[in-house]
Amino acid sequence: MRRTMMFLPGNNPNMIINGGILGADSIILDLEDAVAPDQKDAARELVKNALESVDFGGCEVIVRINALDTPYWEDDLEAVIPLKPDMIMPTKVSGAEYCKTLSAKMDEIEERCGIPVGKTKLIPLLETAIGIENAFTIATSTPRMEALYLGAEDLTADLRCKRTKEGNEILYARGRLVTAARAAGIEAYDTPFTDVEDLEGLARDAAFVKGLGYTGKAVISPRHVETVNRIFSPTIAEIEHAKAVFHAIEEAKAQGKGAISLNGKMVDAPIVMRARLVLENAKAMGMEVEEI
Amino acid sequence: MSKLVGSIAEAVQFAGVKDGMTISFHHHLRSGDFVLNMVMDEIAKMGIKDLTINASSIHPGHAPLAKHVKSGVVTCVETNYMSIEVGQAVSEGYMKKPMIFRTHGGRPSSLAEGKSHIDVAFIAAPTSDPMGNFTGKIGKSACGSLGYAFEDAYYADKVVVITDNLVPYPLTDFSVPENYVDYVVEVDAIGDPQGIVASTTKMTKDPVSLRIAELAAKAIDASGLLKDGFSFQTGAGGASLACAAYVRDIMKERGIKGSYALGGITGYIVDMYREGLFEAIQDVQCFDLKAVESLRDDPGHFEISSTQYASPTAKSSAASSLDAVVLGATQIDTEFNVNVHTDSRGYIIGGSGGHTDVAEEAKLTVIVAPVSRARMPVVVDKVLTVSTPGKDVDVLVTQYGIAVNPARQDLIERFTQAKLPVKTMQELKEIADKLNGVPAEIKVNKNKIVAEVLDRLDQPLDVIYAVE
Amino acid sequence: MIIQHPAVCGTLESSDVMITVSPGDGEICIDLDSTVDMYYHDQIIKVMKELLALEGISSAKIKAVDHGALDCTIKARLKTALVRSSKEV
Repeated sequence: MRRTMMFLPGNNPNMIINGGILGADSIILDLEDAVAPDQKDAARELVKNALESVDFGGCEVIVRINALDTPYWEDDLEAVIPLKPDMIMPTKVSGAEYCKTLSAKMDEIEERCGIPVGKTKLIPLLETAIGIENAFTIATSTPRMEALYLGAEDLTADLRCKRTKEGNEILYARGRLVTAARAAGIEAYDTPFTDVEDLEGLARDAAFVKGLGYTGKAVISPRHVETVNRIFSPTIAEIEHAKAVFHAIEEAKAQGKGAISLNGKMVDAPIVMRARLVLENAKAMGMEVEEI
Repeated sequence: MSKLVGSIAEAVQFAGVKDGMTISFHHHLRSGDFVLNMVMDEIAKMGIKDLTINASSIHPGHAPLAKHVKSGVVTCVETNYMSIEVGQAVSEGYMKKPMIFRTHGGRPSSLAEGKSHIDVAFIAAPTSDPMGNFTGKIGKSACGSLGYAFEDAYYADKVVVITDNLVPYPLTDFSVPENYVDYVVEVDAIGDPQGIVASTTKMTKDPVSLRIAELAAKAIDASGLLKDGFSFQTGAGGASLACAAYVRDIMKERGIKGSYALGGITGYIVDMYREGLFEAIQDVQCFDLKAVESLRDDPGHFEISSTQYASPTAKSSAASSLDAVVLGATQIDTEFNVNVHTDSRGYIIGGSGGHTDVAEEAKLTVIVAPVSRARMPVVVDKVLTVSTPGKDVDVLVTQYGIAVNPARQDLIERFTQAKLPVKTMQELKEIADKLNGVPAEIKVNKNKIVAEVLDRLDQPLDVIYAVE
Repeated sequence: MIIQHPAVCGTLESSDVMITVSPGDGEICIDLDSTVDMYYHDQIIKVMKELLALEGISSAKIKAVDHGALDCTIKARLKTALVRSSKEV
């Protein structure tokens, strides 16, 4: 179940040890922007030790590492990959080459540590114009790819436009990224909503990107977790409809019918797939759903 | 007839303060209060000693009191709350007699029943007229409600009003009328406005507190009490205040119209009142400037005395009609006993205030606390001091789940149905131990009792020992 | 690892520990100031000594100002301080 990814500053023990109780589906231990250059070593060591011993209560654990043009990224990988985080989030990802360089280094570390090569997945952060334009080649650059993640703050700086609450300036990037991700058969995550107090604005923003096809959204405040989780969870109506789809299939089977219809509409493969996804998500959230 | 006297020293003299007497103060000026310190300095200068101070609370600004304790000017303190600044001196055994802790409701009850007695009350008044009609609503040192000062005026043998805003007779919108007052003193300042009320009460940003607050609001909702006519009290700190924010979201979403909010009042509660979420605010104390302004301006926001707030021997009190209350804890044990008096080392750092009163009275008492605070155990086998007995606590909400008092099977059912993470107290303690490691046992030196904790009816509840 | 010069890691924030490492006089000397000393003194000392032994250090002066750091944080801060203290300036 992936609806929320919550950022936690990598050099802050208090935030990290409480990462598992904030209600987010995934947590991101951040070694990049949240850490000052002279504390990179301390944060790396802290994240390493936390991965070793902190119980994150079933949250998916992602480590955001420093970009390839910094002197830190290899040390970052060396420190965390042996401790088997679910995913690595590389930053300022520009194209397929970037991912291949990174993945080769990950291969080397995994092999050395006896971890099946390719086990550690990638969720690249696309936050430059070139990254957005190369979204599909990035998404298909290595089998490690699990999702693409849009970073609007750096992107709007690169685009030389102003970041607004309405988000018209990132509309193209949002569309491009989710299309590329879906074309590659992987997930898509949206940029955080940065006004911590404005929960209504957050709900509007999250509902909008859900409508575009996004899987979930990153958050920078624990106060945002509940709203984003709610919006990206299947609604009661969606669940009821999905159940009806499967009942219709069973009924058709029982009657030996080839074509299946529900409320006068054909039940075709995409409808079944969507219904299955809805019920899987509902189950993952602990809702009571019959076995399908 | 003139009640005006020239100085505090004169007032002390005229009121007849003598060795061995009990004098009283209220705590509405909180850490900004000058009056307790000014009066005690005069008394010390006059060579009076062996006094008992009966104050509704002792705050960090009263730190100079420690020196009067050490010198023997003060040999006993009776209060409902004492912060570490003076608490340390008491815990280290410097006070001659064991101090006495009551509750905010127990103090006025004890005075009314004659179980405790005040010889001379010194009452800080943000505005008074020369005959002693006084109020806290206006003046440069305005603090809003003077809820805890009423009983000092009603029950003390002599009453001295100390003000820095003397207005012409008669002051019409008074809290306490002149018939209770013996002397009035005008001084330059009764307090430092910065320390009296916060300009605003800010919501916590601590993610753990927010998580706990959110879960607590869900528990209140699941209890079935959150409907039209809902009455509510919450503290001003951390997770308690944040819980009000989450309760507010639920009330707004469902259009619930509550009855009243009670207790120490913050701007947050005022906002809820102004949004129509509550019909009234019953205010025994204001925590911030917005609450003070609202008490002046909003018709449904009114001042109540500490008797009306929570006295157990009053014919009824606002607390006795309360639906839900959210309270904090320094420690809570597997029997649901709560400690808000002492820290983990055994030092006096607080007191019940209204904790014990509203916990007993409310239909639902929710304690919000993390299982540990920066490795300091909060959920423990046995609390160091029993401030509020476990029988009056219904629910503990932590970041890892909710423990329900086994006496409340109805709540366990409701919470389970609402899919809330119900855990046993033992399970929460195990989670804490797994996170932090098993804490070493603390040895308490039981040689010397430094404080007696009384329950709401002045009966012994627990004792606090000296720290080595 | 050889401690060449004093080095610090960590902060005075809640749940963190600030550790200063300096060259020793032939033995391990730990000065611990902790908010949870009465509950976890022995455990904190044990965690630090184990890490020092693992790093092959038998002479060091260590000052730790602790605000309730968990073992994993203590280890991380000490390790970083040691690495910093052993680097050429």
